[in-house]
Amino acid sequence: MGLETKPLSTLHEKVSYNVEDFPVPTGREEEWRFTPLSRLKGLHDGAAAAGGVLVHVDAAPEVTVETVGRDDPRLGKAYVPADRVSAQAFAVFEKATVLTVAREAVASKPTVITLTGSGAGAAYGHILVKLEPMAEAVFVLDHQGSAVYADNVEFVVGEGATLKVISLQDWADDAVHVSHHHALLGKDATFRSFVVTLGGDLVRLSPSVSYSGPGGDADLTGLYFVDAGQHMEHRLLVDHSQPNCKSNVTYKGALQGEDAHAVWIGDVIIRVEAEGTDTYELNRNLLLTDGARADSVPNLEILTGEVAGAGHASASGRLDDEHIFYLQARGIPFDDARRLVIRGFFAQLLEKIELPELRERVLGKVEAELEK
Amino acid sequence: MSDSSRVRSGSTLEIRDLHVAVEDKEILRGVNLTVRSGETHAIMGPNGSGKSTLAYAIAGHPKYTVTGGQVLLDGVDLLELSVDARARAGLFLAMQYPVEVPGVSVSNFLRSAVTSVRGEAPKLREFAKDLKAGMDALSIDAAFAQRNLNEGFSGGEKKRHEILQLELLKPKIAVLDETDSGLDVDALRVVSEGINRFRASGETGVLLITHYTRILRYVKPDFVHVFAAGRIVEQGGPELADKLEAEGYEAYTKASV
Repeated sequence: MGLETKPLSTLHEKVSYNVEDFPVPTGREEEWRFTPLSRLKGLHDGAAAAGGVLVHVDAAPEVTVETVGRDDPRLGKAYVPADRVSAQAFAVFEKATVLTVAREAVASKPTVITLTGSGAGAAYGHILVKLEPMAEAVFVLDHQGSAVYADNVEFVVGEGATLKVISLQDWADDAVHVSHHHALLGKDATFRSFVVTLGGDLVRLSPSVSYSGPGGDADLTGLYFVDAGQHMEHRLLVDHSQPNCKSNVTYKGALQGEDAHAVWIGDVIIRVEAEGTDTYELNRNLLLTDGARADSVPNLEILTGEVAGAGHASASGRLDDEHIFYLQARGIPFDDARRLVIRGFFAQLLEKIELPELRERVLGKVEAELEK
Repeated sequence: MSDSSRVRSGSTLEIRDLHVAVEDKEILRGVNLTVRSGETHAIMGPNGSGKSTLAYAIAGHPKYTVTGGQVLLDGVDLLELSVDARARAGLFLAMQYPVEVPGVSVSNFLRSAVTSVRGEAPKLREFAKDLKAGMDALSIDAAFAQRNLNEGFSGGEKKRHEILQLELLKPKIAVLDETDSGLDVDALRVVSEGINRFRASGETGVLLITHYTRILRYVKPDFVHVFAAGRIVEQGGPELADKLEAEGYEAYTKASV
C-alpha cells in the first residue's frame, strides 16, 4: 500500500439520505474510477430523463406484499446511501415494495420479484425485504428488459432467520443498472446471496452486509459473463462489527470479446469489536479472448487481533491450455473441450442455486454466451 | 464388451525422421520407429533424452514444434490433424502427469471422450456397465466417477484412471508415457494388468516409455529401443532391457554428448 492509501474503513464512513452531500462523481474518486460515467446515462448527475421499470411480485402465501409511498417509516432503516447514485435513487423513488415474512413463518415457495424495464429514461426504485425472527424465505429478483435504473434494496434478516436471495441481472443489451443490495443480519441470522449478471450495457451492483448481533452468517456468491463492450462491476462490502460472525464471498466471471470489462471490488472490514470473525473472499476471472479486461481488487482491513480466520484470493487468467489439451487428447473437439472446462469453472457456483428451474435457466444462458 | 463386433485389421504407426523443437531448441533429432498392432515396444532412456517429447509431439501438444518428419497412422499423417482428430484416428497418450480439471466430473469426461471417439453417444446402461467393469478391474472406487477429473487424486489413482481411459477408448496405438513412475508395487501390478488386458486382443500396438525396467517384468516388450539425445541409439529384443538393468544408461549418455 502506498502512503496515499486511506484505510478501508474510512472510505465507507460517509453515508447520507441527501444527494447534495455527495458531489457529482468525476471518475477520479476511488469508488468511481472503474466506472465509465459517460455510459451511466445521467444516473450520477441527475440529468436522466424519466422512464419506468415495472415491478411485479409473485409471492409465497406466507409473504406480505405492500406497495408503499416514500414516507413509509420502515424504509431506509437498514441502509443509508453511501454514494451519489444511491442517494439519488433514495431521494426520488416514488413507490417502494415492502415484503415481510412474519415471525417463524417459513415461505412455502420462492417469491419472485420481476423488474421489467420499459425502454428509455431513468427509473428509481426501492425494495425492502424483511424477515422477522426465525422466519425462512427464498426471494428472486429478476431484472429484464431495457432500462436506466438505480435502486436500493434492503434485506433485514431478523434474529435466527434465514434469507436466500437470487438476483438475476438478465437485462437487454442497452440497459444501465446501478444498484445497492444491503443486508443487515440480526443475531444468528443466515443470509445467502446469489448474484448472476449476464445482460446490460453497464451493471454496477454493490452488495453489502452488516451485522446487528453476534453469530450472523453471510454467504455471497456471484457469477457473471461479460461480452464485448459490456461493463459489469460488483462491489462487495462486508462490515464486521459484531463478534463471532461469518462471511464468505465467491465471485467468478468469464469475459469474452473486445472491451468486455469486469470489475470486482471485495472490501472486508473487521472492526475492533468483531472478535472471532471468520471471513474469506475469492474472485476468479476467466479471460476467454484478447481485448477483455478484468480488474479485481480484494481489500481486507483487520482492526482486531482475535480473528477465527481471514483471507482473500484473486486470480484472473486464460483458459488453461493443459486442460484443453488433456480433453482434446481424448478425442473431444476443441469447442466441446472449451465448453466443458468453462462449465467446470462455474459448476461449483451453479450447484449453489437451489431452484432447479433457475439453475437450468442460468446454465442455458451461459451456454448461449459460449455459442457466440 | 460392447464393440466386439468391430472387426479391425492390423494398424501401423510409422514415425519417420521426426524432428521436434521446444522454443527453438531441437530435442528430437530424427526418430524412426514403426509400431504394428500386436507389438509392444519399450522406449528406454535417461532423463532428458527426449522420450516424453516424442510422446507429446505425436499427440500434438502445442508446446512442441515439429520441424521435420512424419507420423503416419495407417498411412494418415497425424501431424496434419488437430489433437482431438489424432485421438479419434486411434491414437492414445497416457500422460505422465494427468492435469486436474476443476468442475468436470470423471463420468462426464469419460462419456464425452467415448462419444467423441466412437462418433456416437454410448447407450447409458451399456456405458455404465463398461465403466463399472473397468473401474472394478483397476480397483478404482466407484465414488471416483463423481469426482472432479484428477482433482485430489494420488499419483497411483491418476495412473489407474489413465489406464481406465485406455480400456474404454480402445485406441489402435497407445503411447504410455512413464505410466510406471511414482507407483508402488501393488499399483504397478494393477496398472500392468490393465495394459495387458488392453493388448491381449492383439489388435493394438503399444509404445511404452519408461525410465526403469521394473514395469517390463509385468508388461513384456517385443522390442526395446534405447533413446539418447533425441534419437534411438540402440534396438533389440527384451534382452536389451536386462542389459540396461545391469549396466544403466552410462554408456549411452557418454556416447551421445
